[in-house]
Amino acid sequence: MKTDIILSGVGGQGILSIATIIGEAATRMGLTLKQAEVHGMSQRGGDVQSNLRLSDTSIASDLIPLGTADMILSLEPMEALRYLPYLGKDGWIITSSTPFKNIPNYPDEEKLMAELNAQPHVVALDVEGLAKEHQMPKSANVILLGAAASFLQILDVQTLRESVGRIFASKGEAVVETNYRAFDIGYEYVKRLNQPAL
Amino acid sequence: MENNKLLLLGDQAIALGAIHAGISGVYAYPGTPSTEITEYIQESPLAKERGVHSRWCTNEKTAMEAALGVSYVGKRALVCMKHVGMNVCADAFVNSAITGVNGGIVVVAADDPSMHSSQNEQDSRFYGKFAMIPILEPSSQQEAYDMMGYAFELSESKKLPVLMRIVTRLAHSRAAVAVRNAANETACTGRASVPTDWILLPANARQRYKEVIKVQPELIKLAEETSYNALSVTAGGTAEKGIIACGIGYNYVMENYPDGCPYPLLKIAQYPLPAEKITRLAHTCKEILVVEDGQPFVEEQLKGVLPSTYIVKGRLSGELPRTGELNPDNVKAALGIAGAQVYAAAQNVVPRPPALCNGCGHRDVYDALNRVAAGYPDAKIFGDIGCYTLGALPPFRALDSCVDMGASITMAKGAADAGLFPAIAVIGDSTFTHSGMTGLLDAVNDQSNITVIISDNLTTAMTGGQDSAGTNKFEAICLGLGVEPEHVRVVVPLPKNMEEITRIIREEIEYKGVSVIIPRRECMQTLNRKLKQKRAEKK
Repeated sequence: MKTDIILSGVGGQGILSIATIIGEAATRMGLTLKQAEVHGMSQRGGDVQSNLRLSDTSIASDLIPLGTADMILSLEPMEALRYLPYLGKDGWIITSSTPFKNIPNYPDEEKLMAELNAQPHVVALDVEGLAKEHQMPKSANVILLGAAASFLQILDVQTLRESVGRIFASKGEAVVETNYRAFDIGYEYVKRLNQPAL
Repeated sequence: MENNKLLLLGDQAIALGAIHAGISGVYAYPGTPSTEITEYIQESPLAKERGVHSRWCTNEKTAMEAALGVSYVGKRALVCMKHVGMNVCADAFVNSAITGVNGGIVVVAADDPSMHSSQNEQDSRFYGKFAMIPILEPSSQQEAYDMMGYAFELSESKKLPVLMRIVTRLAHSRAAVAVRNAANETACTGRASVPTDWILLPANARQRYKEVIKVQPELIKLAEETSYNALSVTAGGTAEKGIIACGIGYNYVMENYPDGCPYPLLKIAQYPLPAEKITRLAHTCKEILVVEDGQPFVEEQLKGVLPSTYIVKGRLSGELPRTGELNPDNVKAALGIAGAQVYAAAQNVVPRPPALCNGCGHRDVYDALNRVAAGYPDAKIFGDIGCYTLGALPPFRALDSCVDMGASITMAKGAADAGLFPAIAVIGDSTFTHSGMTGLLDAVNDQSNITVIISDNLTTAMTGGQDSAGTNKFEAICLGLGVEPEHVRVVVPLPKNMEEITRIIREEIEYKGVSVIIPRRECMQTLNRKLKQKRAEKK
């Protein structure tokens, strides 16, 4: 089994922290992992992406081929759409629905969301709003990770949740607790979506 | 530490491999994608315990020369840089093959095909061939780690520096690496084994050059024998094609053949080229596809190895794109495999170029320059390499050039010599000490009519905030180079000081000679990092 994830967002949003948590969990489960990151110029507010590949056998390329990714995990809706040609037919888009507008020609928001929601497998959630609502402004990325958890079948959800704790352990008990809650909020949000309408 | 597995970037694997090979120092100037090699050594507990030198150098040339000194006294040194840094250290690098080494020297050049964070995509393997030294090109993080110890042994056994060439996708990709026990540092002998080798007077240099030529067949033999250059030939008959895959190109080939490559395949990770293995490969197939990242280094050389009628395909023939990095998709196309069905590109997506951070002092510098330049329609502003190059993009569009480290000052000088007024240079603090100081001396000696802005944010910001060699020394450097004291001006780039800054820029433009204005305010990124650290310490 293999899972290829394109992580995307805007420089400074924290996609590499998500990659670190997933990487920790994958390593703990004995999976093989390759993760290509973007450093340098584009980190200054430009579009950034990371190719994260997990497998229970070996992985050849550091980059994910077109049309094969199992997931686009994005902290920004336009950045999720940017990598659409990399998504496999059955792949999922899990993205923040909050636009990050640091350019003058950001597309029309309604059209953007319409195009995003027209994709066959998409979960768009307002992680920024949820983070504010639960007084955890710095944990939007962990909420997003929680939302992605049930789609990452190669990873055990409990192991992934524990990795959140291990990655934040050096920042103290309170930060760890907040991020556990953030993970659960994202996870529960998606679970509710999957329940049949009453 | 035995058989321990660590999750490492390619850069970090190289760093740990070098520490474990017993280096006494790393000498480097920051440059994407090479920066993380030195940073890893700076943070490594083992390197700290051993007192491995890891402070940043002023530029790649001072780095290479310091490494030569380490080698002279018998110790091992690592030198790291991005590809264009090779141009800066080329004098020392090429001559290091003539002096030869005593303690091992490994030079890591991190190439950036596709120019993710660079101004060209030159292929450093040409430098290795030019200097006639062994080149290693690892295909994976594990190989990068393993090759480090091998590289130092190779350097010492052949008495030559060794070049390791990597590309962005290896430097900045993470994978698990099995690590070994650390070797001890080599002992300091305090002297070179053959002292005259290091005195490159023509008589000595001619002798040494002959020796470098003489050792070439041995280097080729090593490339033929090493397991890093693995030839696998399919059984029976002549195959439709064979493949030569260099460095990371091997991974992209194998990505397309998960059940094993059906064609004869030669993986190359050590140069000079193993001509005999290539000839053996050619005998098993009708044509050869060369998969190499960067420029057609191997593809061109094959013409001298194989008969002229033999078909060689690659970047020159158009099977692979002539520019840009390799990826699994362009390699797939070159292998003649149909691509997967893909979603069409989305409609509502626009480019999101990088920009100067909010609150960055460079912003206020460009704001001021644009205000002043509005009054001088002929003004040209020569830029340089760093975050502030982003001043060329909207909303500022403030720069007229960006070429290489230090070129802002010297280009402004040349343009002023040729009659341009006003000729303004914008250079960052770290770039100024890297390659701007000598140009400023030229301008002073020529009494050129230029205005130099040293935009000082107290760090090497573009590469992530490394120490800058000239911090707290800029006024003294400018005065020492002969700039008149009343024309070395310091300002604080903040919106509230705009009136003062623009007035000073105007005054110095009007001064007929060399003037230097130093807008000084700390980088927002390093400032925020320090504040965060302080808050964490308080808790």
